[in-house]
Amino acid sequence: MKIFNRIWTKTLGFIVLLAFTAFFIVPVIWLLLAPTKTDHQLIFGNPFSFGSFHNLAHAIRVTFTYQDYALLTWVKNSAIYSFGGIAIALVASIPAGYALAFTNFIGRRTLLGITLFVMIMPATALVLPLFLEANAVHAIGSPISVILPFSFFPFGVYLSYIFYSSSVPRDLLNAARIDGCNEWNVFRKIALPLARPVVALVAFFAFVANWNNFFLPFVMLPSNSNYPLPIGLQDLLSSTPAFNPGIGGDVPILRPELAVATIVAMAPVLIVFLFAQRSLVSGMLAGATKE
Amino acid sequence: MSSVEVNKSQPSPGSTDVVSPAGNNKEKRGVAGYLFVSGYFLLLILFGVAPTLYALYLAFTSSGGHFVGLSNFINTGKDFRFLPAFENIGEYLGIWLASLIVIVLGLALMLHSLARKVSAAFRFIFYLPGALAGAASVLVWLFMLDPSVSPWRFVLSGFNFHNLGQTIQPSHLPLIFAIIAFWAGAGGWIVVTYGALNNIPNELLEAAALDGAGAWKTALRIKLPLIKKWIAFMLILAFAAGTQLFVEPTLVSEASLGLISPAWSPNELAYVFAFQNNNFQYAAAISVDLLILGLMCAAVLVFRTKLFEVE
Repeated sequence: MKIFNRIWTKTLGFIVLLAFTAFFIVPVIWLLLAPTKTDHQLIFGNPFSFGSFHNLAHAIRVTFTYQDYALLTWVKNSAIYSFGGIAIALVASIPAGYALAFTNFIGRRTLLGITLFVMIMPATALVLPLFLEANAVHAIGSPISVILPFSFFPFGVYLSYIFYSSSVPRDLLNAARIDGCNEWNVFRKIALPLARPVVALVAFFAFVANWNNFFLPFVMLPSNSNYPLPIGLQDLLSSTPAFNPGIGGDVPILRPELAVATIVAMAPVLIVFLFAQRSLVSGMLAGATKE
Repeated sequence: MSSVEVNKSQPSPGSTDVVSPAGNNKEKRGVAGYLFVSGYFLLLILFGVAPTLYALYLAFTSSGGHFVGLSNFINTGKDFRFLPAFENIGEYLGIWLASLIVIVLGLALMLHSLARKVSAAFRFIFYLPGALAGAASVLVWLFMLDPSVSPWRFVLSGFNFHNLGQTIQPSHLPLIFAIIAFWAGAGGWIVVTYGALNNIPNELLEAAALDGAGAWKTALRIKLPLIKKWIAFMLILAFAAGTQLFVEPTLVSEASLGLISPAWSPNELAYVFAFQNNNFQYAAAISVDLLILGLMCAAVLVFRTKLFEVE
């Protein structure tokens, strides 16, 4: 009886796992297959069938050439904003984490506490205040209004602080000081080269956060030529007849084309996930993630 | 995954300085400290502190710059869209947090009892949709919810939904946003919870098994209490992020042919005040409401769970 019970629980558990696997993976599979089909096939065909490479090429061509290669502009914008934000965030946060871990200055604990608070608070809470601020200094519409707020990344400071205080021995730095290194050289020659793993970690997290960010560019960048990808997706959504039956048929963006744009938008983050899953997970456990 | 324990093993900076050979350099290193944090400090002031202070200033003044006390807060609170917006995210958060507790913990415990390699495959699949967080996830789910193309159409037609308008009618939205949040976010939390479970010392679990505790008992009485901190961490962060809902209702309302209010969530209401009514004072007041909510979450997390004991 007991054995029977156990087998039954095991089977049930496996069914539950498979059901959730389907829940998580089916939308992804559907999305990847959608561009190979025509809108008509998507409606009337098997949802998991493969259409044809001809359809795929057509959907890709239509999506990329739409509005004079707007999609490429959005990709370029997303890349500039994301990487610009990451670069400044790294330059600011690695030395800051180092200083918080190893130097003693007045206000150090306060700064650490504030960093913790700002890190836990959702970044979205600051978007409208940032907009009001940018509006007051007439910075709306400038890429800077997105890049600079991106580069304020307290989670990066926290990760770098945790890394230095837990995995770099203080004696190593003191040895360098005895050998005559000044403070700058201790950081640049000893601490910075050791930080390679945490630099990658901060960059990954910042990239995922920046690339997918919607609200900030949504309020800061009103013009189409400045849109990053997520706002571009919204633009496509608002003009496609697929979701707005009232709109005339002159917009060539249908479901297969929307799927192409969505895949383009997610691909870079997916690649980061595939190659950096392990370090992303360890980072999530070391501190916090913001959505 | 051992980094869960990272927080516990920190040297205390400063205390060893006195006896260290370079103790006489203490003064100099203090100055160096300021220089090293200066870049971050500047960003913190410009893009953390300044916008907060400016929002506070706007929230307490009139458009002419006169101090008006709490009247912006009271007037926005009386707006007919204010309470519904908070009710909407309240309902959404209820579903989302309940699913985190029941399903995420359940799945993590199940995966934890499987062989490592098998569970790694499942964890990866569950985690994958996280790549589509934000606008992309909403687009994918608009397809999933549209009975004309959805691979789930048999489920949708079971509920008698035959077009997108029927699936995304306003009363369904909290559940729909919870499903989207779950799809894109649960995997990450499953991975985190699994990591926390992995950090439970084996001796404890072996002792429980020797005492005759079955899988259920071990899970409920031993494993869950031991990762309580992480559960709190997950719930508070998910709650804080959930109060900020913006992209999901904005995009879904785009596809709803005007059925869904453009001020569905508090952040959207603040956006409407700022962009449609040009009323920055009201927008700032709601932003301050939301900032206070976020701040309270952070305070609970920092002061109550001790997850971030930094020294």
